[in-house]
Amino acid sequence: METKNIMIVGVGGQGSLLASKLLGKMLLEEGYDVKVSEVHGMSQRGGSVVTYVRYGDKVYSPIIDKGEADFIVSFELLEAARWMEYLKPGGQIVTSTQQIDPMPVVTGAAAYPEDLVAKMKASGAKVDALDCLALAKEAGSSKAVNLVLMGRLSHYFGMADEVWQKAIETSVPAKFLELNKKAFELGKNA
Amino acid sequence: MKQLMLGNAAAARGLWEAGVCVVSSYPGTPSTEITEEAAKYDEIYAEWAPNEKVAMETAFGASLAGKRSFCGMKHVGLNVAADPLFTCSYTGVNAGMVIVVADDAGMHSSQNEQDSRHYARSAKIPMLEPADSAEALAFAKKAYELSEQFDTPVFLKMCTRIAHSQSIVETGERVEAPVKPYQKNIAKYVMTPANAIKRHPIVEERTKKLAEFAETSDLNRIEDGADKSIGIITSSTSYQYVQEVCKGQFPVLKLGMIWPLPENKIRDFAKSVQKLVIVEELDGFIETYVRELGLDCCGKEAFPLLGEFSQNLIAEKLEQPVHTGKALDEALPGRPPVMCPGCPHRGLFYTLAKNKCTVLGDIGCYTLGAAPPLSAIEMTLCMGASVSATHGFNKALGKESEGKTVAVIGDSTFMHSGMTGLANIAYNQSNSTVIIVDNSITGMTGHQQNPTTGYNIKGDPAGKIDLESLCKAMGIRRVRVVDPYDLAACDAAVKEELAAEEPSVIISRRPCALLKYVKHNAPLKVNTDKCVGCKSCMKIGCPAISIKEGKAHVDDTLCVGCGICTQLCPMDAFESTGKEA
Repeated sequence: METKNIMIVGVGGQGSLLASKLLGKMLLEEGYDVKVSEVHGMSQRGGSVVTYVRYGDKVYSPIIDKGEADFIVSFELLEAARWMEYLKPGGQIVTSTQQIDPMPVVTGAAAYPEDLVAKMKASGAKVDALDCLALAKEAGSSKAVNLVLMGRLSHYFGMADEVWQKAIETSVPAKFLELNKKAFELGKNA
Repeated sequence: MKQLMLGNAAAARGLWEAGVCVVSSYPGTPSTEITEEAAKYDEIYAEWAPNEKVAMETAFGASLAGKRSFCGMKHVGLNVAADPLFTCSYTGVNAGMVIVVADDAGMHSSQNEQDSRHYARSAKIPMLEPADSAEALAFAKKAYELSEQFDTPVFLKMCTRIAHSQSIVETGERVEAPVKPYQKNIAKYVMTPANAIKRHPIVEERTKKLAEFAETSDLNRIEDGADKSIGIITSSTSYQYVQEVCKGQFPVLKLGMIWPLPENKIRDFAKSVQKLVIVEELDGFIETYVRELGLDCCGKEAFPLLGEFSQNLIAEKLEQPVHTGKALDEALPGRPPVMCPGCPHRGLFYTLAKNKCTVLGDIGCYTLGAAPPLSAIEMTLCMGASVSATHGFNKALGKESEGKTVAVIGDSTFMHSGMTGLANIAYNQSNSTVIIVDNSITGMTGHQQNPTTGYNIKGDPAGKIDLESLCKAMGIRRVRVVDPYDLAACDAAVKEELAAEEPSVIISRRPCALLKYVKHNAPLKVNTDKCVGCKSCMKIGCPAISIKEGKAHVDDTLCVGCGICTQLCPMDAFESTGKEA
């Protein structure tokens, strides 16, 4: 099987680590070769962050390059647009509609771009945008955006539901399991 | 068991399996997690040392005593430890000693992108370079064998993409290394000129033997390819990009031992292909060696000296299909890293900017004080340089600069190498003001304890160095503590200490807002009836505050209620939401 590529993008501090941990575990369990690359240090401080998840028969490079991503999963709208060039033709963007102003917008040096979903679609990308923060709060915690996005991704991913359920059970602390499962369902069925 | 493991965690697992007993390091991205992970194994004594030089000397001492030891650091940390490095190459080791150096091509979290492979050659110490987590584990173990077999410290060289990528490893069990009883050996371990002069030829002989080992070791392997028009010599993450693109089309000499290099293996490989291509990030280290052998090759004339490589870059250079995607047609605002909401450094830098101070900065989260809108820091060089450079600045300009120039350095960085700069100020009496931003943790690298926090690497109570007493003991009479959340107190402290006609230290003290034990206030909100949109609150660059429809707006998912903005607002428009944080 040719290597498949998932990018998880967002703003430092949004907590994308759980999503990549869950995907990594699930894909390993399914027998694939897997590589997951993270960003640590300076750029974590409210900067643009990206995690690469790659799987297939044999994965060499730990990173995903422009035009290679089968999926871009984004915690924040502007970040989905920023990384769009990494999407392969025909690839799918799954994004939260949450907007976090970057410092140039906060200081007034730049404006937060408008109509990003429409613009991405007009450029030919397949975009599924939903208010993941609202769904996460509905599930019981604003921190469950991770699982809302994974639920939405599961829509396109071609992996059996029980495989996802098992991955969630092994990645999430027991205390938060029900909350996270609910977030996953809300994302999936939104 | 087969599992996904971070390169750094795999290296730590390798240390454990190799029977390592003592680990001493200073944190530095991308090397930090090796020591954090090593500390989780009960059989290993692990610690954070005040700096890399101390860490390396500690590891050396443990090796001398007869137990396998380790120290890990980032590339610039190796500069700090270069002094013991070059001479422990001469003494050799007793029990095995391994040094991780982690480079950061692309400068994800560093002040330069030096290529640490040069250290292996110049200090005459062998260097292994893994290309994924499985190799990080295996090479860590192999490094200890080589260390003891050849009586030398051994480098394990990581880079950001190997250190911070997870790939599949199969773990093994720990094998206890027998303690090698310490024996007094003045000729080997006392590096006076008379002894060192006898050790140097041993070092040169050792390198020759290691080069012979490199010829036959499976650390260096050839992966054959049918198309012999080119043959590629590569290592580390570059190897992964090459095979991602070429999928075995061309023969590849994959080097796992980067120093010393296998002359005959390279010559034979060159003969087997029409043209040699060297693919390596940063400097042309392998290329230089290959050219010294008189072999023609293509290296840095095609592949950049700067930044990281990727599969598309390799594809382009090797004339293979390059993937392309479609970007949006408009320029998007960037998202640079920023000080977190509630960061204690913000109030201090606001004060320094307001007082138009010349701020010589240092290495840590607070380097972000150079970013707009605060734009307060005017120099950042290396660990500790703020203090020494402020002394030099004031010695050069005297009264012209003394009243407005300050050094800003973090608690951990001060312990690392700021203290010696302060000793110079105290001794040679420059009228300098040093501000220690004490957030009670090593922040940037992800919350490591340090000698001022009172806790060790495992979070257990430990010795605690009192910064006020330390500065006073060094001869600084004016030492005062301020809370950076209190802008009036900060302003008074900065004005008074700059005006004083003697050296002074201000300790700006408040724990990092991200520490778990820090209790936050309820988020604030803006009373839009009071807000006049004057933007006074925008001067501090808080990511939680923006202007919406002409009025200030607080993002209550980000705000931690630190109250700095409240002190800036002339209309008293910020109010508590009263919501539990």
